[in-house]
Amino acid sequence: MDAGPVEILISAILVVGGFFALVGSWGLARMPTLMTRLHGPTKVTTLGVGSCLIASMIYFPAMQGTFSAHELLITLFLFLTAPITANMIAKAHLHRQKRGLDAEPMDGIADSLPESGVGTGWATFAGRLTEPSDPPR
Amino acid sequence: MIEIAVLFTISCVGLAMALNLWRLAKGPTQADRILALDTMTINAIALMVLMQIQQGSAVYFEAALLLAMVGFVGTVAYCKFLLRGDIIE
Repeated sequence: MDAGPVEILISAILVVGGFFALVGSWGLARMPTLMTRLHGPTKVTTLGVGSCLIASMIYFPAMQGTFSAHELLITLFLFLTAPITANMIAKAHLHRQKRGLDAEPMDGIADSLPESGVGTGWATFAGRLTEPSDPPR
Repeated sequence: MIEIAVLFTISCVGLAMALNLWRLAKGPTQADRILALDTMTINAIALMVLMQIQQGSAVYFEAALLLAMVGFVGTVAYCKFLLRGDIIE
């Protein structure tokens, strides 16, 4: 069976996508703190899924002769939502670290934050901030 | 050739989901568990797309799109709950 250039292209993109998905999850499992763990899934795994979707986008018109824009929608949606998800998770983590709500020992992230530089404090802590010695809710 | 590449990618994504599951069970913080669940959703989307290429049918696109949307909304809702103790204020 001879493989055409399109098949080789699709296969290469698929293998790259699988590799990136694996590396992202490996980073999630191996990194020491949450702020470092955020990097793997939000960037590398998104790229891996994007590669799979690109492969699908080439495969269906080239092999089956059918075209659909669904892959483009999924890719666009994933690339739009990944940073928002990461931001929300980081904010929730900062909040819980600052209030001492997690059972795990502190990773020191909330105390080593730089000044926000606009005169007021960090918006994540605004309003509801109490001393870490307060009993958790 | 594509068959072998798809099989390789499916095994990679399956292994990635196993690693996500390990992180989901281990934690240690709540944010870790949200992150692991979100990554599992993204990997499930990849698995659906790969299954389509393997079977040559295009019936799972709506499911993948729905999973992307619901996964995002669920993650944001859980983060919002951790941040404010409430989802819709």
